[in-house]
Formats: sequence, structure tokens, C-alpha cells
Amino acid sequence: VSGRTLPTLYAASASDVWPDHRAERAAILIGLGAVLGGLAVTSLCVGAVRVSPLQVLAVLAQQIGLGTPWAFGDTERLVVLDIRLPRILLGALVGGGLGVSGALMQGLFRNPLADPGLVGASTGAALAAIAVLVLGTSFLQSLPEALAGAALSVGAFVGGVATVLLVYRMATRDGRTSVPTMLLAGIAVNALAAAGVGAFTILSTDQQLRDFTFWTLGSLGGVTWPRLAAGATVLVGGIAAAPLMARTLNALLLGEAEAKHLGVDLQRSKTTVVLLATLTAAAAVTLTGIIGFVGLVAPHLLRLVVGPDHRVVLPGSALLGAGLLLAADLVARTVAAPAELPIGIVTALLGAPFFLWLLLREGERAWAV
Amino acid sequence: MRTFAIGIGLLSILGTASRADAQSPPRVVSLGGSVTETAFALGAGASVVGVDESSLFPPHVASLPQVGYYRTISVEGVLSLAPTLVLASVEAGPPAALAQLVAAGVTVVRVPEGYTPGIVTEKIRIVASALGLGEAGDALADRLAHEMDEASGLRARAGTRPRALFIWSRGPGAPVVGGSETGASAVLELAGAENAASGMRGYQPMNAESVVLASPDVLVVPDATVASLGGLDALLRLPGVAATPAGRARRVITVDLMALLGFGPRTGEALLALTRELHPDLQVSAR
Repeated sequence: VSGRTLPTLYAASASDVWPDHRAERAAILIGLGAVLGGLAVTSLCVGAVRVSPLQVLAVLAQQIGLGTPWAFGDTERLVVLDIRLPRILLGALVGGGLGVSGALMQGLFRNPLADPGLVGASTGAALAAIAVLVLGTSFLQSLPEALAGAALSVGAFVGGVATVLLVYRMATRDGRTSVPTMLLAGIAVNALAAAGVGAFTILSTDQQLRDFTFWTLGSLGGVTWPRLAAGATVLVGGIAAAPLMARTLNALLLGEAEAKHLGVDLQRSKTTVVLLATLTAAAAVTLTGIIGFVGLVAPHLLRLVVGPDHRVVLPGSALLGAGLLLAADLVARTVAAPAELPIGIVTALLGAPFFLWLLLREGERAWAV
Repeated sequence: MRTFAIGIGLLSILGTASRADAQSPPRVVSLGGSVTETAFALGAGASVVGVDESSLFPPHVASLPQVGYYRTISVEGVLSLAPTLVLASVEAGPPAALAQLVAAGVTVVRVPEGYTPGIVTEKIRIVASALGLGEAGDALADRLAHEMDEASGLRARAGTRPRALFIWSRGPGAPVVGGSETGASAVLELAGAENAASGMRGYQPMNAESVVLASPDVLVVPDATVASLGGLDALLRLPGVAATPAGRARRVITVDLMALLGFGPRTGEALLALTRELHPDLQVSAR
């Protein structure tokens, strides 16, 4: 895949291809931010427990010491502050993290299929997760419940990051990383990790297997403030740092040789992008289990609408990914109430047909990175 | 977006719905199949306002709101049923969700699980005391203790110890059998049989040759499994099964899975029945 899918990219330099259009970029990002804000407010007001928007307002106002005429009980306060609010923040951060890591990897690989899962982040995390579930039972039972939960998270994070770093190492020779080698090594390592997961499913009890199955389907449920705080630091860092790579990725769109002529330090950029994408994706997987599709779809949708400029695609993918995940979670936790669906089912069920429709409608253009 | 706006409007009208008084009977959400059975057996069925998806008995629970799989319950979903008491199997979770229920002022009582006769009566007493039904609990626990004792008496008198294979397949292919550390294995031992699959751990597919080697005298199979396979003949066509002593003699005992393996209020009777079927040589005292 050469990445030379847009004829205009043969133009002399990146700044000629993308004139600044500062106002336009700002407008797009503000628009996406507004949609995200609207979804967050809706999520705060809608759920299995009936809390009216005015009561939500009253609960929030009380937190900053303002009195309101709208009465609410302890249940309403707990639902708004300790269940919905952390869940919305988690959804936005994880969605944003998945969107950004997808955009980074697609940009680096100049391949529309790339996402951190392709080079092992998800399967590696899954292997570590089931290893902790199966091997750790006796060890985990000796720990307090809170720590036992953390062991699974930490294990998944380490597993995801370690797998990608392994793939990256294998693809790097004489200080140069070959992108095609990385993709192929990723496929092989994914197969290995999947075999490991298979082996553990044989060793696992029915209970452990069901726990693992639910984990792979993803969920935003069961989040608490302390857990959120731990994972959020990595996600906020990743999302905030990603746009710094926009100019580098824009230059890379022209091809590696061309980017080098434009003054890009190729090796350093690759390392930074892979690290950023992996840490963000692994943190997301760790917090919520595996949630597919958001990382793939968000950058695509943006490119279709605004073109390939990473100065918009990177922050935009974060906002759009966050919005998509909030919308999916809204469906997941209301449609089967009082039960809830695993969110991975919703993102795939809603996302896949929409994505297919878009592909068929846009044809080849949809594949342009 | 417009749909959402309408949704919010509707909810704001409904949001003022009143909460239950402190004096009214408890509103119970039950998480775990045998926990639910126990609550109903104690006569508290009318207080149960929600169950998890593993609660299947008595049949009436199918009409109650479901809060999902008991290992991954949704706090808000449970709270929307305005419970005062949540009876949660120790296997229910996630822990953070149960902690949030406690924070919301709901009494959460954990009910132990296990595969010993003692656990059955312990479960009953814990559920009964949480529901304030101590006397009914004592009566039910005594009945179960008596049934378990009777089963162990039968086991002691039995002259043989048949090799039994517990088959829990969901389709054709290598039969899925109950190995060691399973409820199935515990029940077979309690009923005076030897688990022919004790060399394996958990519920796992058993290789056809190993099935022959295991050489079971009798197959113990959930009735739902026989039905889903398509009858007794289909069961005996599972790889390896026909070549076993049980397969040749067509010796199959069907059981009600939840009643037998739930280690709840129906386990005593189910265990007695299984013990008698495993040991036709026993002079069964008619009751």
C-alpha cells in the first residue's frame, strides 16, 4: 500500500497540499465537541432508574453548593454521581482513546485496516486476562476483592503493551522498522496469542470461561471513581499527545522517502506513534474489555467527511470515538433494562452495517487514507 | 436527537414516581438460581421483584424482570426495581456493583455456594434469616438435612458402587462430561457412584477412546441434554458411548439439572431419586 491514493499528494510539499484552513478545522472540531456534549448530557439523564433532567441538575448543583427547588433522594444522587457520571467519563475516555489509537495506526501504516489490535494489543491483553483468571484463582482469592480486580486490569495492560512491543522489536532491524514486517509479524503473534487463549479455555472452569467471554465482549459497567482515575491518566495523556504527531503523519502520507525529505525523523516517529497508540489502546482494553469497531470506524468517518489532514483526523477521532461509545453505551444499558447488553455487541451490531453502507456508497474513496 | 428529547420529556414526567415505604414488605432481587429457588421454597416468592438469568425455577420467575447474568449485573438496572434486599450468591458480581448497591442503602446478603450437603442447609438458613422467616427456614433446613441423611444411609447400604459418567453435551461430537471439581462429580459420589471421568477436571469434551476406557456402567444425563440431542438413540451415538457397558446395556438415568446440581431446596429429593436409580439392588423402603 503506497498511500498515494490522492493524486493531489504529488504536490510539492505538505503545506501546499493542506492550506491552513484554521477556521474550518476549528468549526469541525467544535461541532464534534458539541455532539459529544449533547450525548453526555443525554446519558446523564437517561437510564434504568428514572431521574428527571431537573433532578440531575439539582444533584449537580448541590455538589457546588447551590440549592434548587427540585427534590431528589439518595438513590437519585448515587445514580447520577456514582454510577452515570463515572460511566460517562469512562465511555468518553475509552472511546476517545480507541479513536485516537486507530487514527494513529492507520496513519502510520497508511493502511485503512490498521488498528492496535492488528499488531497484537487486544489478543495480547486477552491472553494475559485469561491467564490471570485461570492461573490466579487461588492467588487472587487471598487478596482483597479490590486488588483481585486490579490484578486482571494490570495483567491485561501489561499483556497488550508487551505483545505490541514484541512485534515492534521483531520488525525493527538495524534501527529501521519495516511496516510490512510489523503487519505480518502481528498476524503471526496474534495467532500465537489466540492459541494461548484456546489452551487456557481448556484449563478454565465454566465460571472462568463465562467471565472471560463477557470480558471479551466489553462493558462500561462496574466502574468506580478509583478505577477510573487509574486508567484515565494514561488515556488523557494519550489523547492529548496524539495531535502532536499530526504534522509527521501528514508528511508520511506522501510516502516514507518523501517524508524523510521533508525533514521527518522516521524511526523516532514510528516509535512514538506505536507507543502512543499501544498505551492508549491497552489502557482502554484494560478498563472495559475488548470493544471492537470504534477504533476502525471513527477515523474513517472523519476522513470521508473532512479529508486526510491529521490535524483534524487525530483530535476529531478522539471526539467522534467518544461520541460513538457514549451512544452505544446508551443503547447497551437501556434497551434490555434492567439487564444490560455487553457494549461490544452494540458497537458491532450498529457499527458494522453502517460502515458497510458507507463503503458501498463511497466505493474506492472510502479506502483512501 | 429528537427521539432522545422525547425520551427525556417522558422520563421527567415519570421521574416523580413514588418510592416504596419503609414499612411495606421487602422488595427482593435474587441473584443465583438456587438462591431464587430457596426464597420461593420459603414462601417469599411474592416479595421477589427481580431475578438474574440463571433463575429458572419455579416457572413463575420467567415473568419477573431480569437483571442479566449474575456475574455482570448492572447496578442501575437493579436499583430501578427499587429493592430493599438483594440476595446474592457469592458468585454474583462484579464486587464494585454490589458495593454500590450497599452504598445506595440496599441490604445485600451473600449466599454461599458449594457442593456439600452442609451447604444446602446453610444456604436455606441464611436466606431465611435475611427474609425474616427463621421458622420456615428451620423447617425447610430440617427437611433437607433429613433427605440428605437418608441418601447417605442408602449409599452406606448399597452393595455396589457403579461407575457413572455424567454427560452434558450440547450437540454431537465428543461428549462433554463432568470431571472432578464439578457439582456433577459431587452428586455422583453422594449418590454412591464412582465418577468415571474423575481423571479430568471441570466440564470438558472427552475423547472417544477415553470414553471407552472410562468404561461407565451407567450414564447420568440432564433431561434437557437428551432432548437437545434428539433422544436416547442420539445420546448413545455420541463418539465412544456405544462401546461402553452403559451404552451396550442402554443404561441411562435422566435427571433435572437445576434440581440436582443447584444444591438448593430440590437437591435432597433429586439426590434420593438418583441414589435409588443407581442402586436398583437396594430394598427401597416405600415412602
